[in-house]
Amino acid sequence: MNVTVTTGERHATVAPEGRLTAVAAPQLRQAVQDLIDGGSTRIVIDMSATEFVDSSGLGALIGALKAARLAGGDLRIAAVPETVRTVLRLTNLDRVLRAHPTAAEAFDAD
Amino acid sequence: MRLIVIRILATLAVLLGVNYVAWRWLESVNWSAWWIAVPLVIAETYSLIDTVIFSATMWRARERPRPTSPPQGTVDVFITTYNEPIELVMATASAAKRIAYPHETWILDDGARPEMAEAARRAGIGYIERTADWAGKPRHAKAGNLNNALFQTDGEFLLILDADQVPDPLILERTLGYFANDPQVALVQTPQWFVNVDEADPLGSQAPLFYGPIQQGKDGWNAAFFCGSNAVLRRDALMQLGIVGYVRDLESSTRRTLRAAESLLDREARRRAAEPALRSELSKLRAEVAAARRAVEQGEPIAEVTFGLRAAVEDASRRLVAADVKSIHADLAAIQALPVERDAELGVVVIDDAALDRLAATELSPLGAVDAVAALLDALRVDRPDEAQPIQPLATISVTEDMATAMQLHSLGWRSVYHHEILAHGLAPEDLGTMLKQRLRWAQGTLQVMLRDNPLLKRGLSAGQRLMYFGTMWSYLSGFAAVIYLAAPMVYLMLGILPVTAWSLDFFLRFLPYFLVNQLLFILVARGIKTWRGQQYSLALFPVWIKACVTSFANVVFKAPLDFVVTRKDKTREGGVPWREIWPQLTAMALLVLALIVGVGRVIVGTGDGTGTLVNTIWVAYDLLALSVIVQAARYRGFVGAGQGAAAEEREKGIA
Repeated sequence: MNVTVTTGERHATVAPEGRLTAVAAPQLRQAVQDLIDGGSTRIVIDMSATEFVDSSGLGALIGALKAARLAGGDLRIAAVPETVRTVLRLTNLDRVLRAHPTAAEAFDAD
Repeated sequence: MRLIVIRILATLAVLLGVNYVAWRWLESVNWSAWWIAVPLVIAETYSLIDTVIFSATMWRARERPRPTSPPQGTVDVFITTYNEPIELVMATASAAKRIAYPHETWILDDGARPEMAEAARRAGIGYIERTADWAGKPRHAKAGNLNNALFQTDGEFLLILDADQVPDPLILERTLGYFANDPQVALVQTPQWFVNVDEADPLGSQAPLFYGPIQQGKDGWNAAFFCGSNAVLRRDALMQLGIVGYVRDLESSTRRTLRAAESLLDREARRRAAEPALRSELSKLRAEVAAARRAVEQGEPIAEVTFGLRAAVEDASRRLVAADVKSIHADLAAIQALPVERDAELGVVVIDDAALDRLAATELSPLGAVDAVAALLDALRVDRPDEAQPIQPLATISVTEDMATAMQLHSLGWRSVYHHEILAHGLAPEDLGTMLKQRLRWAQGTLQVMLRDNPLLKRGLSAGQRLMYFGTMWSYLSGFAAVIYLAAPMVYLMLGILPVTAWSLDFFLRFLPYFLVNQLLFILVARGIKTWRGQQYSLALFPVWIKACVTSFANVVFKAPLDFVVTRKDKTREGGVPWREIWPQLTAMALLVLALIVGVGRVIVGTGDGTGTLVNTIWVAYDLLALSVIVQAARYRGFVGAGQGAAAEEREKGIA
């Protein structure tokens, strides 16, 4: 898996490409932690290039959400492909996180 | 063919049992002695239900075909330890390292012992202890230990071993194929078998009926149990459990918090009549909380709702502080206007807008001083602040995490497999005191699950699975029935009081066929396995079962502690006769012998009935024979058999 990080004016974007599984989960957690340590606490996970997420990948998302919230910010998910939506539904995680259409508008409401 | 005979006998056993117990209730309760007659017929009904559950279990008992797929996937081997001797853990870990299939081996040391870490490092074995997140949080015993390790490893499958369960090199080759065969399989359990137990097995450590026909029967209903060790689990299934549990917990705690916050804010707003600005913000906040609650109920994502609410609280405190800041600015301006006070230092230090902004931070604002608001913000964090990890894949509702975890896996639609082949060699407790503690813990754990997450009511389980889980829980209620089975013949022999209307032909015609078919079914199912120890202990441990029922009920309902203890598997300090634990059995035996003497005496002097005394003498003899195992166990001084297994030798070294 490859993680691309871009920092914008209103939020930072983390884009995991490929398979977000137990093997890749620490990489995602680290990317988010680095952003927070650098002062960016409003983070969007752009999943447009994420092919597959398993439960460990979702676990990493929750871990990242926790880290962002503790730092006073927030974590949002965007551009979620259908395969990933299925996993979100299966685990009821869609009850916690809203899947925003695009990374750019994930923080629009605020 | 064998299965057909089992099914015929099982059907017969249930039919004959219903015939007998119905007759007991309708025709033969001696109502004039209801205080013993009614308990007895209730105990017999209890046993009939046991027969029904046993018959249902055996209905589908069969040996599974070996998986057709070759082993595949990445594996982490977890060895859980708390206080076992380093040498014992290292013997298991070294054997685990030698497992043929590629894998990584980890020692999960809940004792965080530097010498354990050092031994692992020298042997090139992974070492995991609890992370800093666990400081000051509930540790959840073995479940917590495993949950902690799950987030530090990444294998697709996890082999879980107790510190004293030495694995066979082929354990993974034989079990991984099941997962490849069926992507819905989450668990493969293999038997637990103990090397430090001789033929007589006075402590009843081997459980050949359970790790055999019973697990095979449960497997037939897709309800093979997870037994804590010697099992392989699918990481994705466990993580899914963790996430589903996280969402469930978050949803219920958010609803609860919002409901509570609404009424607290209401009350607080009324109390702050003297502070109109604060009061108005509190009322506004209360409206926000009400709106948030509605949003959650309408299915809006929780993280979004709680984030919005947090922003509302921040806005409110900013507004409150802004008013203060304005007046400070005004004061400062006045100060600066005075020539004497026009000091550069003063100007720099005080007019620091960033510092003033920090004053608006929620904790420092007047709003933050309102307890209700602070509590609300804390409770609305989405990270389960009361737990070390937001996600807890292994169930933490019970001291025996294994059964609760398996049941949750089953309820999410995952499947389990029982693989009937000994692939690990373990150590059993070697003294009665330790063994009693271990049995108590198992019983407590099972009963906790029954009370907290009853399988009969749990969503997602099939009827067969409900029955299989409930059956195990039901069996732990046997202590109460045992007391009655011990008391009834005593009452008859000593006082001549009949719990049944008569020991008549009717009685024998109904009871004996039921009894005999039951025994026959048992013999057929056991297939030459020695089951007598198990039968003895199911009666002889009646004080343990009763204690388990009482303590777990008090724990679940009244939040009383269970006095949970980790089972010691070395015999350094234990070993004496645990008189305090076994006096009920010894008393029962003394009373049974006394009853026999009195009963025979009553026949001799002509006040006793011959048939009744004979029936009750046989009954007492059975009770005594069963209870006698306690004496045997109390006299047992540990395993000294020749040709001890490697694990037992390692243990001896560990103690020396």
